[in-house]
Amino acid sequence: MGDVQRVFYFHVASGWVGALAFLVAAVSGGIYLARGKRRWDAVGLASVEIGLAFTLANLISGSVWARPIWNTWWTWDPRLVTASVMELVYVAYLLLRQGIEDPDRRARFGAVYAIVGFLSVPLTFLSIRIFRTIHPVVVGNNDPTAQGTFDMTPPMLQTFFVSLAVFTLLYGVLLWHRVRMQSLAETVEERKLKLLSA
Amino acid sequence: MTSGAAPATSSGQRTRGYLRAVGAVLWKDLAAELRSRELLSAMLVFALLVILVFNFALELDLATRQTVTSGVLWVTFAFAGTLGLNRSMAVERDRGCLDGLLLAPVDRSALYFGKALGNLAFMLIIEAIILPVYSLLYNVNLFLPGLLGVVLLGSIGYAAVGTLLSSMAVQARTRDVLLPILLFPVVLPVLIPAVKATNAVLLGLEAAELWPWLNLLIAYDVIFTAAAFMLFDFVVEE
Repeated sequence: MGDVQRVFYFHVASGWVGALAFLVAAVSGGIYLARGKRRWDAVGLASVEIGLAFTLANLISGSVWARPIWNTWWTWDPRLVTASVMELVYVAYLLLRQGIEDPDRRARFGAVYAIVGFLSVPLTFLSIRIFRTIHPVVVGNNDPTAQGTFDMTPPMLQTFFVSLAVFTLLYGVLLWHRVRMQSLAETVEERKLKLLSA
Repeated sequence: MTSGAAPATSSGQRTRGYLRAVGAVLWKDLAAELRSRELLSAMLVFALLVILVFNFALELDLATRQTVTSGVLWVTFAFAGTLGLNRSMAVERDRGCLDGLLLAPVDRSALYFGKALGNLAFMLIIEAIILPVYSLLYNVNLFLPGLLGVVLLGSIGYAAVGTLLSSMAVQARTRDVLLPILLFPVVLPVLIPAVKATNAVLLGLEAAELWPWLNLLIAYDVIFTAAAFMLFDFVVEE
């Protein structure tokens, strides 16, 4: 497969971070609904934003790989469709938040939609087992109809795990900074209000 | 509710009271619709228009019809369903009806099930009209018991998640455009197996081809109903 195989390390790792980020958003949505602490809403929003970026990276890097291997940028394969639907779910999440002014209601609806939306994500992973797919399944058992599959040699496996670890770490750092930014923005907002009312 | 003095009778009474509350909300929606008929007529005309537009867009000749009927049907149901969901929740909100319902001393989830059953009833009525009309216009027999079962299962999932999302959408500033955007990506796990199962029934495929889709459909019906049941409280909370 040559150099194009190297896309794999970015493709799978960003896909993994995307799914992880959406899981974190759903879980922090659940915690927000149970506890009502605004901080969890900030975590959920931050996680969705990061997840969107990484899922997009996943889709684009997949296209780059598919061009030489499948001879097309895009094909209407179930796996590709469900991944892009997943992206759309979270774009809708941002649109929903944008349409609501009341911050409490925005946080509540965001949490509810993050949970309901996440229920559609498992379909992405189920789809490769149910549908006949062109997408290779490198992790786990393989479908004989998939095209462009390969077996990982030990150095490839090591590189793969390093890339997974690094991307996960990157996610954690980004999340931390984004949540911090959110709380700083809220502090600024509070002080502005205090200054104006004084 | 906190004391467990007579759990057997009180739980039986509570169940009966709960069902009565669900029935009351459902009956309110049906009675209002029976008198105004604004929702059903709008949904019906819209659904017929969608089918006619598909006729031009897809050139539904005999060969194409075989493969696209299931898709055309479900897209029609989904579009008409969105119209109904939006309207049924907007009515509650516009005239302050939702606040009245929330003041009622019943479990909030009873309101959800009442509304969801009402939305399901409207969808089923529309489907009961669209299916014979489609059969007549395109000369396809759609009256197969398997197909009716798939349509019922698909509508249950659609109404279950649609009712939850529409009660969120009507409370947003951009409510008219928001519902389809929120609903369509999320309801896809219901629509895809519904389309595939309908197709399998129409093409007369064997049960082994049909069951994986039906299982997925039933699973998502249960998942979405359970999720909406648990989350509805937070959506209507003020």
